[in-house]
This record gives sequence, C-alpha cells and structure tokens, in this order.
Amino acid sequence: MSNKKNWPLWEVFVRSKNGLEHRHFGSLHAADSEMAMENARDVYTRRNEGVSIWVVESKNITASNPEHNGELFEPAQDKVYRHPTFYELPDEVKYM
Amino acid sequence: MSEEQVKNLEKQFEERIARDEKIEPKDWMPEKYRQTHIRQMSQHAHSEIVGMLPEGNWITRAPSLRRKVALLAKVQDEAGHGLYLYSACETLGISRDELYEQLHSGKAKYSSIFNYPTVTWADMGAIGWLVDGAAIINQVPLCSTSFGPYARAMVRVCKEESFHQRQGYEIMIKLANGTPEQKDMAQDALNRWWWPSLMMLGPTDAESIHTEQSMKWKLKRKSNDELRQQFIDQTVPQADLIGLTIPDPDLKWNEERQSYDFGEINWDEFWQVVKGHGPMNKERMKARVGAWEGGEWVRDAAMAHAEKQQERKEKQAV
Repeated sequence: MSNKKNWPLWEVFVRSKNGLEHRHFGSLHAADSEMAMENARDVYTRRNEGVSIWVVESKNITASNPEHNGELFEPAQDKVYRHPTFYELPDEVKYM
Repeated sequence: MSEEQVKNLEKQFEERIARDEKIEPKDWMPEKYRQTHIRQMSQHAHSEIVGMLPEGNWITRAPSLRRKVALLAKVQDEAGHGLYLYSACETLGISRDELYEQLHSGKAKYSSIFNYPTVTWADMGAIGWLVDGAAIINQVPLCSTSFGPYARAMVRVCKEESFHQRQGYEIMIKLANGTPEQKDMAQDALNRWWWPSLMMLGPTDAESIHTEQSMKWKLKRKSNDELRQQFIDQTVPQADLIGLTIPDPDLKWNEERQSYDFGEINWDEFWQVVKGHGPMNKERMKARVGAWEGGEWVRDAAMAHAEKQQERKEKQAV
C-alpha cells in the first residue's frame, strides 16, 4: 500500500455567475485534471452553483505562512496616507 | 518551544476563539485542538459515507420514479457531504488514506444510527424525517464553529440537508394517509426509529466527556440534552399532524416548562451499538470495506492511465 501512488489532491474554484470572480469551493482527489473537473462538477455544483470551474493540483499552490504575517502584512498598517481620510480638507469642499 | 511560550500561544489562541475569530489550517493551534477536530470531522464524514448504505438498500425498490430520483439525489448529497468533510479534515495534516484506514479498521466511529436495518419503504420516510431532522439540529450550530474549513463545509451541508428532511416527511404523510396497511407501516417505522434518533443527539450531559472543551472551541453551542429537547419539541407536533403516535407512554406536554417531558432512554442499547453490537454493525463495515477493496483496481488503473498520459505529453514537448 505504501509504495502505491494515491490520487493527488486538487483545489476547486467556481465562478457562481458571470460577473463574479472564481472562488475557492473546496478540494477533492482525482487521478488527473479531467477527472478532477468531472468530480468537481459532481461534488461542488449539484445545484447550479456555478458557470465555470477551475481545478488546480494543490501541490502547485504556494501559500504564505501565517507565522510570517508580521513581516508580510504589518508594513501596510502604518501607511495611513494611503487612505483618503488621512488628508484634511475644509468642510466647504464638495465632491471630493 | 519552552513550556511558557506554548502557554502563551495557547492563551492567545483561546482569546482569538473567544473573539469569534476563525482558525485556519496553517495557524498555530494546540495539539488537542487538532486531534479533537480530526476526530469529530472524520466521524462526521464517516457517518455521511456509511449513512448511504441503509438508504442505498431501497433505491432500486422505490415505489415510483419521483421517489427514486429524490432518494438517489439524497444519497448522492451524502456522498458529497462526506467528501466536503474529508477534505476539510485533510487540511489538518491527515491523509485520506489514513482516514479510510481508521474507518475500516474500526478505530474511528460513525453515527450509531446507521447500524439499524431498513426493513420497509417507510424507513426511508422515517430516516429523512427523524434522522436527518436530528442531524440538522446537531449541524446548524456548527456553521459558526471556530475551525474555518469545518464551518464552511457545514454551511454547504446545512443548505442541502433541508430537502432531505422534507422528502422524508412527505413519504410519511403519504403513507399515513394511505391504506390501513400503509399507515401501520409508517407507524412501525416511527416506532423503530424514534428512540435511536433521540440517542443520536449524544449521551446525556452528565455522561458526555467532551462537552466543556467543545463548548469553548465552539464545536458545540448547546448541550446534548438541550438539543434533544429541541428535537422532541419540534417533532412531536409533526407526528400529531399526520396522525402518528410517538412510541413513548411518558411523553407529556409540560405547561410550566413549555416543553415535552419524555420517558427514559435506554442507554444500555446505545452503548451496545456504539461498541459494535448493533444489528447491522458488521454488515455495514463489510459493505464499506468491500466497496473500497473492490474498487482498488479501478483507482489503480485511473492512476496508471494518468501517468501514461502525462509521460506522453512530456515526450511530445521535447
């Protein structure tokens, strides 16, 4: 059993309707991309949940590590000047 | 990591949950949180998978095409629910193979209710109405549990589950309004499924070992006894409405509590079934393991085909 190759894991992204982005719906196991697509249809869109499906083999996704969230995201926190409310304007100014 | 650092992390972790923040798979978590979630989510997934067996028994014998397509769709949903839950469970670092191995070896449990036989068509009605009804009561609070992948899977499960209960109750309505034999069949199914359904909501609070920790982690929002009372209070009027009798001579409306008082549950039976001595435990595992082993050559062939296709593609690219 141990030397046998198991079906790899795939991540499934579904566009619910045109105009919306693909969103992560979940994952599943399949031997190849074609089977992953067919399984995704059966597992995640039994009730018209989507008009388009992407499947990506999970090992191809690079994810950030939450332990590094400090270095990664904190630099954005002290840059309040990137937000419109940072700038002081007299109340009389309209349309801005 | 020093003991103090771990304590500190644990404290921060508990505070995050108390603030209703979600925990995602790669976040730091206490080992006990991980293990408890693997246990509960996999039990839940196994229950969905084994839960297909008692109903699968009646698909080919459904009394009409309408009933057959509904039952097929319901059983297919259960396969889907099992798959959502298995993949949510795998985010905690356990493989699908290990999960199956735990089920097949008997190390992991699944809901005891599926160890009862489905002897008549009315059982399809009673299962949808009572078993799915009790499952919904158990599952709705889990939509806001602390572990993100579990909560998201449960939102999908709960959305799909309400059709299951309605199709079951509709079967019961039809039988209860049919010939005297059909009505007897419905009553007989209610008699057999009522008590196991009450047991499905778990041991009494006094006996439940996991409750306190599970409440803290929002794996549980209400105690087993509260959920059971809720189930009884909402189900008794549904039985009355279609002229069926709940098989409990002690069942009585309590004006003061605005709730039903009910008779003693046979917990010996519950523990017997949990320990593997229910009427169908062996049969269920035999069917499940048989399906897994019988399908092995198909899984291997699909993998071999995929590898061959991949090799061919790579050769052409050169």
